[in-house]
Amino acid sequence: MKKTVFLGAFTVAGLAAVAASAGTMDDVKARGKLNCGVTTGLVGFAAPDANGEWKGFDVAVCRAVAAAVLGDASAVEFVPTTGKTRFTALASGEIDMLARNTTWTFSRDVDLKFEFTGVNYYDGQGFMVPKDLGVSSAKELDGATVCIQTGTTTELNLADFFRSNNISYEPVPIETNAEAQQQYLAGACDVYTTDASGLAATRATFENPGDHVLLPEIISKEPLGPLVRHGDHEWGDVVRWTLNALISAEELGITSANIGEMSAGTNNPEINRILGTEGTLGEMLGLDAEWSKRAVAAGGNYGEIFAQNIGEETPIGLARGLNAQWTEGGLLYSPPFR
Amino acid sequence: MADQTTNSVAFVADGNIPESPPPANETGVVKWLRDNLFSGVTNSILTILALVLIYLLLKNTLPWILNGVWNANSLAECREILAGRTGACFAVLTERWPQLIYGFKYPVDAYWRPNVAFVLMLIALAPVLFFDLPRKLLIITAVYPFVAFWLIWGGTILVPVVALLGCVAGGFVFQKAGKNSFAAGFFGAIVAALVVWQAGGWLIPEGASENAWLTAVPSRDLGGYMLNMMLGLTCVSLSLPLGIALALGRQSRMPLIKWISVVFIEFVRGVPLITLLFVASVMLAYFFPPESTVDLFLRVVIMITMFSSAYIAEVIRGGLAALPRGQYEAADSLGLDYPQAMRLIILPQAMKISIPGIVNVAVGLFKDTTLVSVISMFDLVGMIRGPILASTEWNGVYWELWGFAALVFFVVCYGISQYSQWLERRLATDHH
Amino acid sequence: MSTLTDPPNAGFRLSMLFNDTRYRSLTFQVIAAIVLALCIWYLGNNLIQNLRAAGLNISYSFLGDPAGYDINQRLIDYNSQSSHARAALVGVLNTLLVAFLACITATVFGVVAGVLRLSNNWLVSKLMAVYVEIFRNIPILIWIIIIFTIMTAVMPGPRAFRGDDATSSMVLDLFAFTNRGVYIPMPWFESGLFASTAMNWVLVLAGFLLSWFVSGRVTTWANHKQEETGERPKTLLLKLAIWFVPFAILMLIMGLTWEVPALKGFNFKGGIKIGGPLIALWFALSIYTGAFIAENVRAGIQAISKGQTEAAAALGLRQGRIMNLVVLPQALRVIIPPLISQYLNITKNSSLAIAVGYADITATLGGITLNQTGRAIECVLLLMLFYLTASLTISTVMNIYNSSVKLKER
Repeated sequence: MKKTVFLGAFTVAGLAAVAASAGTMDDVKARGKLNCGVTTGLVGFAAPDANGEWKGFDVAVCRAVAAAVLGDASAVEFVPTTGKTRFTALASGEIDMLARNTTWTFSRDVDLKFEFTGVNYYDGQGFMVPKDLGVSSAKELDGATVCIQTGTTTELNLADFFRSNNISYEPVPIETNAEAQQQYLAGACDVYTTDASGLAATRATFENPGDHVLLPEIISKEPLGPLVRHGDHEWGDVVRWTLNALISAEELGITSANIGEMSAGTNNPEINRILGTEGTLGEMLGLDAEWSKRAVAAGGNYGEIFAQNIGEETPIGLARGLNAQWTEGGLLYSPPFR
Repeated sequence: MADQTTNSVAFVADGNIPESPPPANETGVVKWLRDNLFSGVTNSILTILALVLIYLLLKNTLPWILNGVWNANSLAECREILAGRTGACFAVLTERWPQLIYGFKYPVDAYWRPNVAFVLMLIALAPVLFFDLPRKLLIITAVYPFVAFWLIWGGTILVPVVALLGCVAGGFVFQKAGKNSFAAGFFGAIVAALVVWQAGGWLIPEGASENAWLTAVPSRDLGGYMLNMMLGLTCVSLSLPLGIALALGRQSRMPLIKWISVVFIEFVRGVPLITLLFVASVMLAYFFPPESTVDLFLRVVIMITMFSSAYIAEVIRGGLAALPRGQYEAADSLGLDYPQAMRLIILPQAMKISIPGIVNVAVGLFKDTTLVSVISMFDLVGMIRGPILASTEWNGVYWELWGFAALVFFVVCYGISQYSQWLERRLATDHH
Repeated sequence: MSTLTDPPNAGFRLSMLFNDTRYRSLTFQVIAAIVLALCIWYLGNNLIQNLRAAGLNISYSFLGDPAGYDINQRLIDYNSQSSHARAALVGVLNTLLVAFLACITATVFGVVAGVLRLSNNWLVSKLMAVYVEIFRNIPILIWIIIIFTIMTAVMPGPRAFRGDDATSSMVLDLFAFTNRGVYIPMPWFESGLFASTAMNWVLVLAGFLLSWFVSGRVTTWANHKQEETGERPKTLLLKLAIWFVPFAILMLIMGLTWEVPALKGFNFKGGIKIGGPLIALWFALSIYTGAFIAENVRAGIQAISKGQTEAAAALGLRQGRIMNLVVLPQALRVIIPPLISQYLNITKNSSLAIAVGYADITATLGGITLNQTGRAIECVLLLMLFYLTASLTISTVMNIYNSSVKLKER
């Protein structure tokens, strides 16, 4: 494909990505880079560190997909999106997939024409209050001022919760997490609400995290997952099964440490199928045999990614809870690789 | 008269009384104080109020600034060093300096490139801003956009070279064909430039920029104050020709052209910039061909250029209206056609009148580039609101960061407005 | 002319389309029309194709659906079950409210600063110059954020008012200044003549209008008397009585009481709350725009020739009266056109409310509604339509006023 120097200049500058209409997967391969939409900064899920490297749980999913498709976990262009811009960015093809703690809802799936390819984090909206406020349940919050970080379904859940409990509140919607926590810490709101994982991440950055408690109520179901455009099923399958590979790898005990050893062949046929030593799963996806091996090797299996970015050892300190494997009482349940 | 006085007056001093110094309260500091600060009851009250205000301001900010900590790795460390005293934590500026200036994604080993581009910008702007400098320096100005593009975005040098060649070819055709008919020259120039660009596009090998000497940097990785300056400079320079065209269009006698210009100008001036940026971030992508997407930077440049060109058009319209009717009539009576009259007689004078207004628009536009932080671009304000304030280390450092942002904008904008005032005085004396 | 040059009759050549002045303007307009039509077709076609590819459509029916979110400041009834359209309306009213308030205070700041900058007090004029330069040369977004930060960080939270060792207390036991906003006492009627509060206030307003009318009649009568007899009757007491006696009687009948804000639970309850975001945005807009208006006022005053001031002084007018009767009325003509554009700027800049969480139209329709419905194109178009209407209305109204004060040139 010959381009004019205009388009040439734009591609050189990265100003325009000329995407052939064949399909997202071909585009990504042709480009050699995966464009992945993430948040503008939520520590633990997706945030640039002091060196400008993107780090986090959602980021790891993008890297795994890039490793599976392109063979290089660093071949990802992270596109920061706000709650407002993310859907247009995906719908218009600016990004190939969106991994921006986005809640899987009916209307987004059906009306906005997106395809959620699974759930990488089962979240729920929670409340954080200062300890000295002496509140132990969200139902005691009658008349409180609530800081909301806008963008997900937070405002709607909050309105529903207070209405169904017949108590009043004053919402203060704030665009960025940094400003919302500034308001909360200054006492301009009594309560800060967003997804429980986000609350934990925010609390971790406080000077005295111990002075703040998360209330026990989780007022909503927030299955967060990566999503792609509706209708491009090949690409959707790649993202879906990359995520499933990460989850299955944990279930089957494949870790980034033992993956080399296991890919020599094991007695477990499912492990062999995942790692490409048996069967032709990769080929069915339009990838090579070792796609999922690379995906797991990129950042480890689901459990490793979790532990590294948001687990109990990190400042964010989230317990696995619902996000444990189904064998351990959680909800993570990958369909079989067969 | 003189005789009479000598005769009728008994004594006349034949010398001057030696000059004596004015009374103490009519001179020096005391007089100045009385005249300027305590000339009346109201004035004295105002002075005392102002002094109290200044004292309060200094009392609250000076210890904070003087005790500032410049070396620490986090806010907690700062607080340890300060040990309870009031003091600023300027360490955030030193530690995050590169992020504040270049954004967090620009390659560290390429920081010299924007620096060089910045120095070159000063050189390239000099002949535009100061008319006394030799006109030949304008060549640097003409080449500068291509050099700056290459420096900042990197990649193969062929792209800016071909782009430059296209412009040169266009200019050449305009020189040749434009002598007889402006329209022929104008359209010929566009065609020539397009031909060169198209041909050049074939010549540039695919993937030429991958192993170029300057590594290619995607525009998404630009950020910090650099992004503000780039947006400001690009959009102002692009909107000048557009603004002139719109201003002329609005004055045109052709109803359709006039109507298009008026609708465009009034529409753009009627909506806030932020809605136009929303258009850039959430709508514009739908208006480009389905198989291509245009990067956010370019989309934002398009919208801000539209925005500022409408304001510049209004300023230039003011300049055109201020010209006496006689100038137009004189041009007509010389037998000049419309393009000639505009180019040789009307526009040079109108532009001279409008320069201060244009500079004001430019300052306003430069300030407005901070709004891109609302649509997830990491300019200076975006960097502060996003990655820096959200990080574990610097969560809670507001005053230092906002003070810094305010300071850098103040320095540039105040500088430009002082220049504008100087120019205004200068042009006023130039006028015959 | 017509006798000298006959129009060329040598038939029509194609080049005449460009070279003949009779056809040229038509040619250019046709070209422009074609280019315009092509652009619109191209963009529209792209839009349709993109939407079809994404399986989306343009539909405004979402406006009728329940919005599902709450808004903290509402001038009309609204709850989370109201429609998106109503949420947008709440946003519109909030935008208009903050723009209106900011226009008034910005004018006050601007006139004071502009006049003081010309004061012969060196310190004060320098101080005003510093104010103007600092505020004009720093982006409004930074000012809004800084002022909001000052609000939240410096003012005490409601918690500071609580308990025995409270660190803050209410001013005069009537006003509470917190970082969530300012609470002031609210008047209400114990035994209003009407059931609805609004009707009672309409009654009070009617009373005021009546007083205004009567006092206007008194002035006319006094003027008349002065012209007849040369002596002006003293009307001050009479006027005061006209203004205050009916008002006081009305208040007594209706049982005016003040509801004083009090700390209950998490927040102050009762009274009127002026929210923190509103105050921050209002103040930031007024002080920023005030700096621009100050410059306009200064330029306007300086545009009045010295002769005017001297002539007024020669007539024996005092300093203050020279300013009020001679300089300002003339300066006003110079000041008003730029003042109009500053008012427009305030309205447009109020869209930066999203930085402080003020629920204006950009935050409701262009913010939460857009986020929740994903209807980007529809929301942004409606948003632009609103601002365009508001801007055009303001500039029309102000232009009418401007032409009414314009110097009638002879």
